Parts: sequence; C-alpha cells; structure tokens
Amino acid sequence: MSLDPSFVGRTYPPTAPYQVGREKIREFATAIGATDPAYHDPEAARALGHPDVVAPPTFPVLVTMAASQQIIEDPALGVDYSRVVHGDQRFAYTRPVVAGDELVCVNTIEEITTRGAHGFLTTRTDVSTAAGEPVVAVWSKLVVRGEA
Amino acid sequence: MELPTQTFRVTRADLVRYAGASGDFNPIHWSDRTATKVGLPGVIAHGMFTMALVGRAVTTWAGAPDAVVDFGVRFTRPVVVPDTDEGTEIEVSAVVKGVTEDGLTRLDVTATCLGEKVLSQARATVRTPR
Repeated sequence: MSLDPSFVGRTYPPTAPYQVGREKIREFATAIGATDPAYHDPEAARALGHPDVVAPPTFPVLVTMAASQQIIEDPALGVDYSRVVHGDQRFAYTRPVVAGDELVCVNTIEEITTRGAHGFLTTRTDVSTAAGEPVVAVWSKLVVRGEA
Repeated sequence: MELPTQTFRVTRADLVRYAGASGDFNPIHWSDRTATKVGLPGVIAHGMFTMALVGRAVTTWAGAPDAVVDFGVRFTRPVVVPDTDEGTEIEVSAVVKGVTEDGLTRLDVTATCLGEKVLSQARATVRTPR
C-alpha cells in the first residue's frame, strides 16, 4: 500500500501536553554520555539563565516521536510501520527545552513522495508550551520501504 | 577551519540504556535475531543515538550545552554494534562553514564508523560562547 499524497498539508489537532521532568532529562543525558552540569544540576542551568536543567539537543525527539503516532497510526494515510526507516531529522530551536516545560505538538504533513517502490513522508512538528510559546520545530523524514 | 575529531565508543549496553531512556524499543537495536531477519548485518544503533552523540560533539565544540540553534542530519548507513566489550566507534569531525548575519556559526559535520560515512548533510548552527 502506498502513501496517499492528498495528505500533504494536513495538520493534526494539538497533542495532550508532555511534562518534561528533571529526572527524565538527567536519565536521557546519562544515556547519551552528556555530562555537562547544565543537563544535571539546576544551579548550573540557572547560571546560564535557564529556570531548570536543560535538555540535550536531540531530547525533543522523545516528545515528537510519541506525538507522531497520530500520523503513523492514521489508517487513512497507510503507513506500514514495520517497513519504516528513519531518513532525515532536523531541529530548529527557538530556545532549549528545560525541565518543567509542558509541551504541546502540532503535526503537519509537509511532503509525500515516491521513488521506485519506496514512499517518503516528511512531517513537521511545531513544539510549543501549553501557554503557546514556541520552543522548537522538528522535521522528520520517514522512508516506507516497498515490498522487494 | 577544521575542528578536532571526537570519538565515541558504542556498545550494546549503550543501546539498551538509550532504548530505555528514549522509549525506542525497536528490537533491531537489541536483538540480532530480529535485525538479521529484516536484512541487517546485526544489531544497529538507533539513528537518534548517533545523532545524540554528534550533538555532544557539537555542544563541546561550541563550548556551551545550550548553544545549538539548528541541527539536522540524514541517516545514510546503519551503525552495526557487535556484541563485544569493545562494540564499535563513531568518529565525528566538522568544519566551520561560516558565520550567519545573526552572528551564529555554521558547521558541516562528518560522522564515520569503520571509515564509512554514516550521516550525510549533517549541519549545525550554534551560538558562540557568551
């Protein structure tokens, strides 16, 4: 089954807020070996002007990956997740994510293309606080591999 | 200007820890049986784990944990992680491409594993240290 190109431009309803926890940031930073004190110690983060510990640059993918389920599981779009590989990933930050953020995601399908048997799905997720402050825009390109 | 190369060792234990911290439990990142069944040579690192290591390199070069303003990569080749104590290694290097109108520094990044590029179009824009 191929991706339905009429979905380009579609925007999905905002997701339920994701609570960014201090311990989750510490756990993620530890898992990637990021030892900078600003990822672990609120005082070190405050010294840089942040209200609490700062998340490493790729942390927002935890939030957007969960949010993208509403696209991947949209039966009308036709993504077979067992055939999906990650193509591209990009983050454009207004500011870093910090502990205490309540983040809401709005997913938009930016592009659907086909090359040979493979489908390519580019999504943009606008991540903002529940109060509406923009934080980061996240692009993902997924490759849906065709049957060999 | 070329920036000093940074090397990151990656073992199976790192992938298990990343799976838990990120919530990405795809078995191709921990099960050889599953990985080989879908045509991979063996267990591979999460693409987002490789990107996270590159992010560490970028923040180290920038000199600040919160310096990254824009960061994008294309995943071109899987990082195969053998079930050994040594695992494998990812080497990350970069060149400074210039400075934007806003005074931000643009980097072109190269990440290799066993001499082969694992990312393409890897670019970061960073704030210069305060």
